[in-house]
Amino acid sequence: MTQVATSSDKPARVKVYRHSLAVRITHWLNVLCLTFLLMSGLQIFNAHPYLYWGEYGSDALPDASFVAIEAYADGDSMKGVTRVGPIAMTTTGVLGASYSGGELTPRAFPAWLTIPSYQDLGTGRRWHFFFAWFFVINGLVYLVYGLVSRHFRRDLLPAAEELTPRHLGHEIAQHARLRFPRGEAARRYNSLQKLAYLGVGFVLLPLMVLTGLTMSPGFNAIFPWLLDLFGGRQSARTLHFIVAALTVGFVVIHLAMVLLSGVWNNLRSMITGYYTLHLDGGRRTGDEH
Amino acid sequence: MSIDLTRRRFLIGGTLASTSLLAGCDALVENKSIDNVLQAGEWLSLKAQRLLLSGQQLAREYTEADLSPVFKANGTQLPETDEYKRLMDGQFADWRLIVDGRVRTPLSLSLADLKAMPARTQITRHDCVEGWSAIGKWTGVQLGAVLEKAGLAPGARYAVFHCADDYEQSLDGSGRYYESIDLVDAWHPQTILSYSMNGRDLEIAHGAPLRLRVERQLGYKHAKYLMRIELVDSFAHIGSGRGGFWEDRGYQWYAGI
Repeated sequence: MTQVATSSDKPARVKVYRHSLAVRITHWLNVLCLTFLLMSGLQIFNAHPYLYWGEYGSDALPDASFVAIEAYADGDSMKGVTRVGPIAMTTTGVLGASYSGGELTPRAFPAWLTIPSYQDLGTGRRWHFFFAWFFVINGLVYLVYGLVSRHFRRDLLPAAEELTPRHLGHEIAQHARLRFPRGEAARRYNSLQKLAYLGVGFVLLPLMVLTGLTMSPGFNAIFPWLLDLFGGRQSARTLHFIVAALTVGFVVIHLAMVLLSGVWNNLRSMITGYYTLHLDGGRRTGDEH
Repeated sequence: MSIDLTRRRFLIGGTLASTSLLAGCDALVENKSIDNVLQAGEWLSLKAQRLLLSGQQLAREYTEADLSPVFKANGTQLPETDEYKRLMDGQFADWRLIVDGRVRTPLSLSLADLKAMPARTQITRHDCVEGWSAIGKWTGVQLGAVLEKAGLAPGARYAVFHCADDYEQSLDGSGRYYESIDLVDAWHPQTILSYSMNGRDLEIAHGAPLRLRVERQLGYKHAKYLMRIELVDSFAHIGSGRGGFWEDRGYQWYAGI
């Protein structure tokens, strides 16, 4: 590990090489892919803004859906209504009915969240599947790199002592107070980071791919067990949506943490690879590797 | 007041920013060369599925208990051409399925001719490109059996299905529904020309008297109201040349995903 020490009486600033080139490239390609996948995915969802459990489900079956994002006439205007199970909320302006070209238009997700901004399922699908392939290939590159370079073992696998309730409880309390590890402790990912990154990389994103494949009639013939795993095609579609929402949730928290724990240092390290540690004066250690 | 101004400026700024972002995204979407690059996704899906489906695996078949209580009828529900109305009034007694193009023996088959051929019944799931699914029971004659009867002539690479319905009103006939599949799907055992659904004669809304079932692809490939099957070496000369009504309007020709 390369590092450069500065002055010795002030708190020492040490540059450490934190993110390898492969991690940085796959990270930013992932940002690109997930952005377009989300926006084209919402375009596809808008073509049929209902969710069901099981193998089948359509709007010809009243009450079959447990999620519906619809527009209703409201006098001369319209209102958007989002229903989840028995709970219905008026969501005009964002969900169900939103402004497009200055006019209130019936559409589940608003124009600014979809690609293209107007309704066009065929184009949405073209973008979705292109970036789905891109995302899968990028993910495989990351996976092979992480295994071969021991990145997963070295940087992401938590040690046993990190997983004790006491340690995790302490980290959660510190995070909640927005106190983030500094100095030496910031050299490595903290336990919550490790668990979050492992959870996204090895649970959420693979689930995105698998639930997506389960919606494909062609892949159903190739891997029929996927239908059993997820409880049917419509369940897989619902899970695809829920896991996408969880992934968005991760991104929101991830961005908040990036902002709160030193935005420039974090951003620079994901671009150049170098992260600056602020060590206490005199406590600077000798050789790091 | 100043707060209001700032707020207004902020809102206007935000609206402008999001509008230009939208315009930027839509400009990307409408860029022809980007669109061509993105079609690589469709090509990859086709190649990957064809590679993994080389054994002609079957789509899942369900049981009677799995049938959906209502099977949504989509697309045309009642063709409005005079020709179709006349055939419908005559209980399709005068209807004939024409099989021609690159075949050795062009055929003209009545419904009775098709029903006299060996039948296949399958309970399968229909997946619409929009996202919904329905499970139905279909009986019909395997397309492969009909193609065998006609005999493929050299150069036959695609089966094009010409339908009776104008999905879009047009003067030049460009609104007429049609579809196409390649011979891999044409010879698949579950690819049938179906005249019966859920144990009854196929209803008008579901494509009477005959519709295609091509079970490993999405709903829009399952052409209804079949009139003619044309074997071709290329579909470039038909419609806008992309192989189907929806394909001509931007949908993917390969709908296995």
